[in-house]
Amino acid sequence: MSGAVRVGVDRDRCCGAGNCVVTAPEVFDQDDEDGLVLLRRTEPPADAVDRVRLAVELCPAGAISVAPRPEPGHSSTPVPEASATP
Amino acid sequence: MDGAEHARLRRMLTAEFMIRNVRRIEPLIRQTVDRALDELHAAGPPADLVTHVALPVPSMVICHLLGVPYADHGFFQERSRTLIDRDAPPERVQRHVRELRDYLHRLVEAKVATGERADDLLSRLARDRVDTGELAVDELVGMAVLLLIAGHETTANMIGLSTLLLLRHPARYAALRDDPGHADGLVDELLRYLSIVRTGLPRLATEDVEVGGRLIRAGEGAIAVLSLANRDQAAFDRPNEFDPYRAAQQHVAFGFGVHQCIGQPLARAELRIALVELARRFPRLRPASTAGRLPTRDSSVVYGLDALPVTW
Repeated sequence: MSGAVRVGVDRDRCCGAGNCVVTAPEVFDQDDEDGLVLLRRTEPPADAVDRVRLAVELCPAGAISVAPRPEPGHSSTPVPEASATP
Repeated sequence: MDGAEHARLRRMLTAEFMIRNVRRIEPLIRQTVDRALDELHAAGPPADLVTHVALPVPSMVICHLLGVPYADHGFFQERSRTLIDRDAPPERVQRHVRELRDYLHRLVEAKVATGERADDLLSRLARDRVDTGELAVDELVGMAVLLLIAGHETTANMIGLSTLLLLRHPARYAALRDDPGHADGLVDELLRYLSIVRTGLPRLATEDVEVGGRLIRAGEGAIAVLSLANRDQAAFDRPNEFDPYRAAQQHVAFGFGVHQCIGQPLARAELRIALVELARRFPRLRPASTAGRLPTRDSSVVYGLDALPVTW
């Protein structure tokens, strides 16, 4: 029931409670400087998807979103903007 | 305090209490717990667990983190207690708030004034935020009051009540020693089941919102009662049972929303380490036979025990 997903976080909403880091440490981290959420990866491994969904529910600020991952191979052209962020 | 003003101040503290930094101070917590258990051992049996362990452990840890001298604990423990006591006369509450503020004001001023900065939270904020003009001294004093009170009252009461509950479930107490890896799950269930914050959180709807099938219109108030939410049958199976193996993470013992307790990683770590070490060092711990019922804090916003006589 938990298909492949893509995770998004909103650092403006984040209040640094850290529940996501406890729930799915391989996906979420906290910034050393401000304690706000950092994404370790946008596409969590299959065995972490349920915990990522739990992190969405546990987030007191509603700062985490999960969307179905687009089917790979649907379009075989590489996505250039994927590497645009530092 | 809400919105941008709250976010500005909260964000100066989020990094201080994040998981990674709490893990870094776990050895300090363990050392504090070990010393407290030595004290308990030396004082009995029987001895009072609240006096020797539950109260001093979180108090020493928050003092160390904030850079507040623990030697003054008699002064601020009495005052933080008054502040959350519903039966305290108003003039006493006002006097104690003022005295606590004045005490922390002097401490913060000293930290701002001194050239040499110690490595504690209030000193860091004085250096990184007050000196740069981002934070007023009064705001830092406000933070110090809040953190000192919150750091004391909640965890201390959780340690006392949790111990009593576990001693009434000897198999659970033994499991804590044999399976410390499960202690995190147990801590969440203790937080849910005991729900020691007994005051409702008042909120005002800023726009029409539906909660649990009921429409709350903009401008209307609502009070969130954490203990009721934590016993909600729709969220927890057989909610009135204490079950350390249930998935209890969705409890709201720390509140919910952007005001959720910022110190929760610290509170969790203190509770886990205190309980695991207690079970390890005192496997035969049991309540000491006392004539009457245990003294409970019935008029306090934060429920707990005033004493827990134990023997071993």
